[in-house]
Amino acid sequence: MVAVLWRRLGIAAASLLPFAWITYRAITQQLGADPAKTIVLFTGEWTLYFLFMTLSVTPLVRLAKWRWLMTHRRMLGLFALFYALCHLAAYLVFILGLDFSRFAAELVKRPYITAGFPAVLILIALGVTSTKAMMRRLGKRWQPLHRLAYLALSLGWVHVFWQIRSSYFEAAVYGAITGVLLGLRGYWSWKRAQNARSVSTP
Amino acid sequence: MLIKQTESVSENDVTPEAVYRDRRRFMRMALAGGALAAAPLAGAKPSFVADAPVQTGPAWLSQRIEEAQAQQTPVEDKLTPYEHVTSYNNFYEFGYDKSDPAKHASALKPHPWKVEIAGHAEKTGRFNLEDLLGKVTLTERVYRLRCVEAWSMVIPWVGFELGELLKQFQPSSKAKYVAFETLYAPEQMRAQGSAFSTIDWPYREGLRMDEAMNPLTLLAVGLYGKVLPNQNGAPLRLVVPWKYGFKSIKSIVKIEFTEKEPPTSWNISAPNEYGFYANVNPKVSHPRWSQASERRLPSGLFSPNIIDTQMFNGYGEQVAHLYKGMDLRKYY
Repeated sequence: MVAVLWRRLGIAAASLLPFAWITYRAITQQLGADPAKTIVLFTGEWTLYFLFMTLSVTPLVRLAKWRWLMTHRRMLGLFALFYALCHLAAYLVFILGLDFSRFAAELVKRPYITAGFPAVLILIALGVTSTKAMMRRLGKRWQPLHRLAYLALSLGWVHVFWQIRSSYFEAAVYGAITGVLLGLRGYWSWKRAQNARSVSTP
Repeated sequence: MLIKQTESVSENDVTPEAVYRDRRRFMRMALAGGALAAAPLAGAKPSFVADAPVQTGPAWLSQRIEEAQAQQTPVEDKLTPYEHVTSYNNFYEFGYDKSDPAKHASALKPHPWKVEIAGHAEKTGRFNLEDLLGKVTLTERVYRLRCVEAWSMVIPWVGFELGELLKQFQPSSKAKYVAFETLYAPEQMRAQGSAFSTIDWPYREGLRMDEAMNPLTLLAVGLYGKVLPNQNGAPLRLVVPWKYGFKSIKSIVKIEFTEKEPPTSWNISAPNEYGFYANVNPKVSHPRWSQASERRLPSGLFSPNIIDTQMFNGYGEQVAHLYKGMDLRKYY
């Protein structure tokens, strides 16, 4: 039990490091000509990284048998939500100056924002329903609901892909990771279906 | 009913350029102390603020740039600090992040430099930069630069009118367009070797002949009264202030007079997003974002500095006549 607590603290502290780093750079004015954009890009990238980490937990538990990781999946997911909220807040405050009519226009005009915003809404819904009490209340519906994380990640990738200007590199790397993580789920559910059939047919 | 208040005007916005420049000169004098105080500061020398590492060039070029008379178009905008102009820009030959050019452009060797003049003209051939500059008058011009990504800067360039140079090669009546090409040298420009690039190197740009001959169109060799840094397109780059920044091709090695509209890099890469003309136009959106406003850099965190984008980037008086009768929605 004590080990779990220490691991929790360690993961939480490590997860806050990117936030501390960007805050430090902002306060000491080391973010260059366009600090707003730098912060928005940075927090957006870390949202994706935490989504990757969260969705890597199940494969690592199943394939590498790192069962201890499962205990920490929720915290990683909540940090994905944390960075997504930072990303959205930085965009609203630093880029749009809290001009919500402009936000409405951007939501319609910029397809990548049209894709990104629902991803944040999904993460909020998943964060709110991540507690033990909510798990009990939702019962069997909890897991299908939390599979929306796959949709959030896919939308996140589309959000990056639609901003490509000069290089496919980032989108290609993120796409490959997303493909592996979602592909594994697809493969497992296909195998489950196969097994179910072979069990039912004598 | 709510009455929308007009934006308050800060002191910087109303400081006339001349006063602003004088203050800079005063600050430089105060900062530099003895060494620089001896230099003649009273003349119309280009402004400079030493807030970032400065690249040096050959003495003949530095001298020419320093001698350039400040003959700028009046601009009421505040200059973007040297540090930001030289550390935040797109120069995809060096990488796709805006900090990459400043990091990796030191591999470029801008001196000595040759430019090939080709196509429909009486005189063609390969010329040393030094010889080309021998035929023109250098001046300082403060221009707004509007990036197609909806951010903008205000930059004091040192250069010469492109038309002044082009005339000397005596283009023929077949010369309807001018095509430009950037250096192709993957050993100097690291991202030219990338397999993930959306651009087919070398970078190419072009102008219609009348656009090229417009007195606003500049070939720059300097910035803030100093030699043009590598990351900003040394030693020779185009500046077309009424068009989106990507038209202003950097590190030019070839200028060709053509009869047909030349292919241009971004247009080849994404024809529905980037046109040949690429005039700054708040009414024609990029397919992925609006062009109605821009963020003037440097932008503060709690003052995003969003301003309305002006037609032709505010240079309509000088260039609107070039596009009379043209549908600018079709020719974006």
